[in-house]
Amino acid sequence: MGVGSFFTSKLDEAIGWARKYSIFQYPFVTACCGMEYMATACSHYDIDRFGAGLPRFSPRQADVLFVVGTISHKMAPVLKRVYDQMTEPKWVVAFGVCTCTGGFYDNYATVQGIDTIIPVDVYIPGCPPRPESVIDGLMKLQDKIATAAQRF
Amino acid sequence: MDGALILDHLRAAFGAALVEAHDFRGDHTAVVARDAIAGVLRHCRDEAALGFDVLMDLTAVDYLVYPGREGGSRFEVVYHLYSIAHNHRLRVKVRVPEEDAVVPTVMTVWPIADWMEREVWDMFGIRFAGHPDLRRLLLYEEFVGHPLRKDYPINRRQPLIGPRI
Amino acid sequence: MAERTTREFMLGEGSGTGSGSQALHVGVGPAHPAMHGIIRIAAELDGEIITRADVEIGYLHRAFEKECEVGGWNNAIPYTDRLNYVSPLINNFGYAHAVEKLLGIEVTERCRYIRTIMAEISRVCDHLTCVGASAMELGAFTVFLYMIKAREYLWELVEAVTGARLTISYGRVGGVKADLPAGFAEMARPAFKETREVLDEVHRLLTGNRIFMDRMVGVGALSREETIAYAITGPMLRAAGVGYDVRRAQPHWAYDRVEWEVPTRTDGDNYARYLVRMAEMEQSMRIAEQALEALPGGPINVDFEGRPIDPASYVDQGKQGKTGGLLLLPITLSPNLEGQGRAAQARVNAHDKRVVLPPKETTYGSIEGLMNHFMLIMEGYGIRPPQGEAYFATEGANGELGFYVVSDGGDRPYRVRCRPPCLPPLAALHRMIEGEMVADLVPTFGSVNMIGGELDR
Repeated sequence: MGVGSFFTSKLDEAIGWARKYSIFQYPFVTACCGMEYMATACSHYDIDRFGAGLPRFSPRQADVLFVVGTISHKMAPVLKRVYDQMTEPKWVVAFGVCTCTGGFYDNYATVQGIDTIIPVDVYIPGCPPRPESVIDGLMKLQDKIATAAQRF
Repeated sequence: MDGALILDHLRAAFGAALVEAHDFRGDHTAVVARDAIAGVLRHCRDEAALGFDVLMDLTAVDYLVYPGREGGSRFEVVYHLYSIAHNHRLRVKVRVPEEDAVVPTVMTVWPIADWMEREVWDMFGIRFAGHPDLRRLLLYEEFVGHPLRKDYPINRRQPLIGPRI
Repeated sequence: MAERTTREFMLGEGSGTGSGSQALHVGVGPAHPAMHGIIRIAAELDGEIITRADVEIGYLHRAFEKECEVGGWNNAIPYTDRLNYVSPLINNFGYAHAVEKLLGIEVTERCRYIRTIMAEISRVCDHLTCVGASAMELGAFTVFLYMIKAREYLWELVEAVTGARLTISYGRVGGVKADLPAGFAEMARPAFKETREVLDEVHRLLTGNRIFMDRMVGVGALSREETIAYAITGPMLRAAGVGYDVRRAQPHWAYDRVEWEVPTRTDGDNYARYLVRMAEMEQSMRIAEQALEALPGGPINVDFEGRPIDPASYVDQGKQGKTGGLLLLPITLSPNLEGQGRAAQARVNAHDKRVVLPPKETTYGSIEGLMNHFMLIMEGYGIRPPQGEAYFATEGANGELGFYVVSDGGDRPYRVRCRPPCLPPLAALHRMIEGEMVADLVPTFGSVNMIGGELDR
């Protein structure tokens, strides 16, 4: 390992550490999962402990897109546009089984998984997922953020 | 007023326009001829003894594959009326053939019919004559077909449309 | 609508344009920070005043009514959970009751009380979320945190009964999934106490708060006549001075056996709606407490002699022909199935083999029970209501929640129509916001309590 790459990897680690505890999330709340999202965000489960307590309702200032709830064909273009408006680096969390696969809404109106529209980093299944599994998914995302090669 | 009395009242007022009347599980239903439907519903609202001031629900049913209904009119548009003052309910239905799926609008009687009729158009493809703005309500304009018709398969997907303004 | 002073400056006016004022078109939503729900409002502004608004919905249309036609009658229950996902229990029971009406069966006395209790707990959760979220959008974040805290206590109750927090699928045609767990009344008491404390705190924070009042009083008002013409029911109708409540007008379950009031206000504005919702939560808890007090035991057909054994050895013994006395033995059920034993099930479910699954002991322990189970589960069999149609309405959290079910005599619904309590207020939303300021859109939309699942189905 050369001196240059040593510094790069250490710098990556430092930035990754900083980034994983300063998640500014954009909650794209559409459906039932939003209720569990509220429960997770509030004092009882408190995702502020993971540095993700502050939702930014503007895609341009957010780095994690929480897609919370069923995405219908009518909503899909909106989701795509919100994702496109976010600046790099950005991550996407599919919250709930509807966003993962479409869930039990196998019909004409529902998008069968948001990964058909935008790339997804973490899938949190459940209908809706309990706050515990949301927090688990969030920690997985933090690991991913921390260990990834950082772009800046 | 008791449901049977309501039906008697309508029979007296409209005669042959009241095609059929029945009572099943305590729900009183009047089936009305299509050309008379707007008049009947307006009468239901304005007649003091009936006083149906709320159009609780307006929907439709597609009887395409219903056993015993072959050859009859394909659709039924269903109005659920409720009177706050008298605390009674009535279901009014009108049969609509597939080839001429048009019903007069009741928007002028109850403004809520605006959206409910738009939904029925969206889901069943039944038109409402006189409705000024019969757009789809729940789906998007590019959608082809009417999903609650019995011949629309539940998982017939349509291409995702691009971002609109 | 409230009187507004006209602004001196209009957008598009002033030096440079020369041609007078012009309307400004603003699209609000479907993803908007200050709105907890996905609708799009295409507004036309004159300065800060909304002159014309076109509301577009359907962003959460996920084919509820079509999905119901695919499975059996009971298979629609999970879809009804996700109609109004803030108060799913009411939807469950409303749908189940509509099918029962079609079948012409009555549920047991105990089940009526259980439905009443759980529906009221659900209603409190709904109003807590509604008031909390709309207060948050006005900047009162504390209220939101407090109310979600209270909701968490109530959800613990819901979880103890149903096994799930939110999408509970607890209702069944002919009864409920399981009896109440042991000691439920004792669990409910502290939860109601906490909720009452939160309501007190919120009253102290909001009711009479200058900023809150300025944003709410006289804003988003709708006259009594217009509310009725738009078929708006529930808290919004009661805030406009009409005391119509389905629970009172057409009593079902146990609503006619408990004492409660229908809170009404006369102003019809956002503040009146807030007050009605706050008062209703107290009434709902009152109903639930009285129903818990009066909860009847109901018939218990089978006695509890013999020690419980686990299901596997129960089946094994049956296979070996050791069936003597087996039917009298209770079996140990997993905690999720607590309250599903024979004794409990006989209390809460209608005694009708065409509709209700047999208890686990009977399914595992006798050939008749197993056949009965198969007949209800197999495709092409199952619950088969007679040909016909029925409409049943109960009081959802947002108003009259009606289910119109049509049967062709088969094992799956021919048509299920949900009369969404949310749709009429949204259809009238343009009447509430036109002529008011853009900022007033937020509290008005909050007071409408739009729930996507129910609105778009």
